[in-house]
Amino acid sequence: MNVPPLLHRTRRHFFQDCGIGVGKIALASLLAKESFGATGKPDFMRFPIKAKRVIYLFMAGAPSQLELFDNKPKLKEMEGKPIPPSVIKGQRYAFIQPDAAVLGPRFPFAKHGDSGAELSDRLPYLSKVADDLTFVKSMHTDHFNHAPAQLFMTTGSGIPGRASMGSWLSYGIGSESDDLPGFVVMRSGGNLSGGSAMWGSGFLPSEHQGVPFREGSDPILHVSNPKGIDRTAQRQTLDLLNKLNRGTHQRLRDPEITARIDAYEMAYRMQARAPELMDFSKESKETLELYGVKEGKSDFASNCLLARRLAERGTRFIQLYHGGWDAHSNVEGNVKNNAKAIDQASAALVQDLKQRGMLEDTLVVWGGEFGRTPMVEASAALKRSGGRDHHPQAFTMWMAGGGVKPGITLGQTDELGFHVSEDPVHVHDLQATILQLLGIDHSRLSFRFQGLDFRLTGVEEHHAVEQLIA
Amino acid sequence: MISCSLVCLLSHAITAEAKEVSFNRDVFPILSDRCFACHGPDAHERKSKLRLDRADGEDGAYRTHEGTTAINPGSIKDSELWYRITTDDADEVMPPPKAHKKPLSKEEQAIVKRWIETGAPYERFWAFVPAKKPDAPKLKDNNWSNLPIDRLVLAKLEALNLHPSTEADKRTLIRRVSLDLTGLPPTRDEIKAFLSDDRSEAYEALVDRLLGKKQYGEHVARYWLDLVRFADTNGMHKDFYRNFIAYRDWVIRAFNDNLGYDDFVRYQLAGDLFSNATSDQLVASAFNRLHLIIDRGTALPEESFFKNVVDRVTAVGTTFMGMTVHCATCHDHKYDPLTQKDFYSLFAFFNNIDAAPETGGRPKNGLQPPFLPLGTPEQHKNLEQFSKQLAESDNEVKELEKKIAGEKEANKKKVLSQELGSLTGKYNALKGNRDRLDREIPRVMVMKERMEVRPTHIRIRGQYDAPGELVTRNTPEFLPALKKAGETATRMDLADWFVDPSNPLTARVVVNRFWQQFFGTGLVKTSEDIGAQGEVPSHPELLDHLTVSFIESGWDVKTLIKQIVLSRTYRQSSVSKPEQFAKDPENRNLARGSRYRMDAEMIRDQILSTSGLLVNTMFGKSVKPPQPDGLWKSVTMTGERFKADGGDAIYRRSLYTYWKRGMPPPQMTILNAPTRDACIARRERTNTPAQALLLLNESEYLKAARELARKALEAEATNGPRRLAFTYETVTSKLPDEKERQVLDDLVRNLQKNYLEQPALADAICQGLNVGDAEKKAQLAAWTVLVNALYNLDITKTRE
Repeated sequence: MNVPPLLHRTRRHFFQDCGIGVGKIALASLLAKESFGATGKPDFMRFPIKAKRVIYLFMAGAPSQLELFDNKPKLKEMEGKPIPPSVIKGQRYAFIQPDAAVLGPRFPFAKHGDSGAELSDRLPYLSKVADDLTFVKSMHTDHFNHAPAQLFMTTGSGIPGRASMGSWLSYGIGSESDDLPGFVVMRSGGNLSGGSAMWGSGFLPSEHQGVPFREGSDPILHVSNPKGIDRTAQRQTLDLLNKLNRGTHQRLRDPEITARIDAYEMAYRMQARAPELMDFSKESKETLELYGVKEGKSDFASNCLLARRLAERGTRFIQLYHGGWDAHSNVEGNVKNNAKAIDQASAALVQDLKQRGMLEDTLVVWGGEFGRTPMVEASAALKRSGGRDHHPQAFTMWMAGGGVKPGITLGQTDELGFHVSEDPVHVHDLQATILQLLGIDHSRLSFRFQGLDFRLTGVEEHHAVEQLIA
Repeated sequence: MISCSLVCLLSHAITAEAKEVSFNRDVFPILSDRCFACHGPDAHERKSKLRLDRADGEDGAYRTHEGTTAINPGSIKDSELWYRITTDDADEVMPPPKAHKKPLSKEEQAIVKRWIETGAPYERFWAFVPAKKPDAPKLKDNNWSNLPIDRLVLAKLEALNLHPSTEADKRTLIRRVSLDLTGLPPTRDEIKAFLSDDRSEAYEALVDRLLGKKQYGEHVARYWLDLVRFADTNGMHKDFYRNFIAYRDWVIRAFNDNLGYDDFVRYQLAGDLFSNATSDQLVASAFNRLHLIIDRGTALPEESFFKNVVDRVTAVGTTFMGMTVHCATCHDHKYDPLTQKDFYSLFAFFNNIDAAPETGGRPKNGLQPPFLPLGTPEQHKNLEQFSKQLAESDNEVKELEKKIAGEKEANKKKVLSQELGSLTGKYNALKGNRDRLDREIPRVMVMKERMEVRPTHIRIRGQYDAPGELVTRNTPEFLPALKKAGETATRMDLADWFVDPSNPLTARVVVNRFWQQFFGTGLVKTSEDIGAQGEVPSHPELLDHLTVSFIESGWDVKTLIKQIVLSRTYRQSSVSKPEQFAKDPENRNLARGSRYRMDAEMIRDQILSTSGLLVNTMFGKSVKPPQPDGLWKSVTMTGERFKADGGDAIYRRSLYTYWKRGMPPPQMTILNAPTRDACIARRERTNTPAQALLLLNESEYLKAARELARKALEAEATNGPRRLAFTYETVTSKLPDEKERQVLDDLVRNLQKNYLEQPALADAICQGLNVGDAEKKAQLAAWTVLVNALYNLDITKTRE
């Protein structure tokens, strides 16, 4: 892509001026297409930049809000009785009958911190940082199956093939790193229904797609030299390529050639950077213990620590998936195990970012794709008992740092936890809020594809939730 | 509305500076982009009772509504539209700020002004009018070429004061045309033969030879498989295996046999409806089954059914109409004159499938009914025989078991039990053989119509459970009428309608895609959408010429391709001045040969073929070449793990690589291959660090480099310079110049020294080969790295 140097500089200056850092890679496509007004900044940058990066902890499979955040004593009272049809209003479920009995919360709740946030006893670590967290108890979504709902949360559409939030950010504001990917994905726990489309770039150029880190010390595909090739040989190869490719460029003047030379140099830098990134040996014993990282073990805890290290090194969007929350049976055991797996490290991440002064411009988001029913799911045929089915009408998420008001709870559900009763927040509203915290007007960050202007937040009108923004 | 062909309107006005304003070329794109969302074909969203996509009618642009006339032909003063697009008043300006559309630039305003002043003439949208043979252009230079393609290209160049480039040199030419027609580079022998052929018809002879190669069909099929989202898995939820290889193989054969494109379309849309349908026709109808499908138990079947049909109709829209028909699933199309009713009238042709909307768990052998066995009569006979033997064996086992149960005497019981063991063994062996044979018989999922036609309702706002008005099968109203053979319209009627010469879309869309294949960009750049929001053609007359001649040739694909690659336009050198690249980076003016990075499959196939590893076996089971560990594990819901195939099969062409939609092969996707969950008419081409890492460090590619290094060392055992030339020419089809030779030679010397000093590294590269002493190992290691470097060169990865 041929980009006039002046325009490039203008944009670079813009990002420096407003402190978001230079989007060093993959700006070219945007530069060529975006119109920059007289201010020299992209049209969609309309808000104060409060967050520079996002760490999104995606709890895939949908955690039960009724066992973690949304305390409903009424459910205990009504346990075993059918839920009133007036509440259900014709909603259909894949596995349970509409007249299924109510299931009471499986764990006791208590209030924590100055904010008095109510959490269940399954989250002892998060309880301690409750005053740094912002709870939204009134989330609702359009989809009630895992794959579309996960895609809806990550890409703004239930159909695979749209651009994910991380790729929108990479496309819109680039990366701060010139030796690591701008959008990184990590996984732990159970399976993911939405698949790789959740970090795809859809119609956006593919360099914006998320880079899934693999387990072990070699996180990026092909980042290590093959056996028998050391760094010297690699450097010599690159020097040769540079020489010959520059020769071709002199002869042909095709600007694509210089773009390729740059890509090779960045690849070489990534090769040097990756081992340093993965090396936890310089982390203090206290830090490792804070997260609960166990040597040689790749899990949610090590991913959280790696997320912080990526954030420090300029990665814009870091998404951690922890699968396994799909409690169709035995919600009690499910929450017990999964909460144990994520509680300490989630809290550690918030705490660690805070003590390093990074929480103020790093947004942490925690949540699943929908909630779980107040009714019990049980089926002898499927050998299920004590479970909860999918529940798109109401669920809880929390955020921390990055310009959200700490220590508040937004929204409420009715006494059965079935419907949102106050301050509903649609998935697109949440996405608009995240973009706004990064300075972006969600209604203006768009991409023309097949004749249509696509946005993360779809065509219907949605708004950032101002009550959440500090 | 005035109906006129695109050609007669656009043939004069070619440059942007031209005084004459063309509605289709200049005005329509502005109106469509800025106005149609609220003042276009979608009646539901229409504001102020005004539609600007047509002149007449109650809501048309010339109408007067509450005293205001939107457009008064001839007078900008009396045209409200002019005021609205030029005013500074934020409350009145169009498009309104809240629409987030760019206001009209001064140039765009000037176009609208001239258009209104010259009478604001409307024309039918160019793509919806059948193509007409263009007039022969009058040229200053009558010597360049007599071919219609070239003369139409030259007309535009002359109007822009540009000149065509010289012809590419013969090495470049044979490499270009070999890659374009077969997806593979020429061998050294082929290059030598072409260089020494001085006949004037040498190039045409080369083209004919390449078109006759079986690799031609494989290469052209690959573009088609992107377009129809061919894959080896279902693409949703558990992403189960599906068996579609018979369809893929049919596409390859169809291109190699040069099946007329009209039949190619007919078979795919309605192959199942031919009386006494051939197995080819039935296989082709699998086109209608290529959509994503979910497994039972996670979604509502009614919704899955609806999604499948929408997916099917969307594929038809992209593939055969070059239109985004699915935009009308929820509402009238906002830009094209396609109503929601039109969409559901098309939908009605495709919702009568006799199949379950979801797969029941893991489909056996990857087949979801209805499917057909395609085996030879002999295979079926054998299968029958095996089944009979199996039944007999089963009986024997059961009788013996009964006998044992009734036997009281311990000794006898023991003897009988031993007998049972051997009988059971025999049974199991038979069953194994029967099952193997059963698996070997190819089967294919096909389209099948239900006896009774399903009623079709418009779905309100595109919601599967909100039926509205009842519709019947029909084609969109703005296109030629459907001819019905019987009482009820059938998919066969629809297929015939698509390939009727009066259909303005089918041929245009496909010739544009073929042009894209040979120049990197289509004459209409947005080859997936030639509708209102697509781009206008760079060379409208040329597109019309190709369309008309394609239909006249009997939809002959090879003839079309030959016409394109024989043109002087195609044969131009891609060397150009920097300012020409800057002015026309995508080569839309065609003043030079196109130069662009090759697709993922071509890059891999080139590495395999130049290293000598390529296995030319055609057709059959999809192949899993090795890939980095853990990729499937990271997305699976079923515990499925990737297991690479062994043996030679892993060196087959990339076209045969197993395509898991949830995690397609990284060698392909890193280089911009689509995931195959939606129909893709053109791939993007990016340059990323991930691509560099793949091509530098993929161990399979390094293995191929070692293979070529070994060959070079064998073929030219003593002569260093000749060895270099051999390697360089094999990979790039060119010979290195003195400077390049020097640089390469330096690299090899340095590497060789390093590897001698670090024998462990050389050992790692030579692992598994019997190379000889340390010096030999260092030499092979050094040459391996050199070849690997050559595989990463810009000229290697680029088709120029």
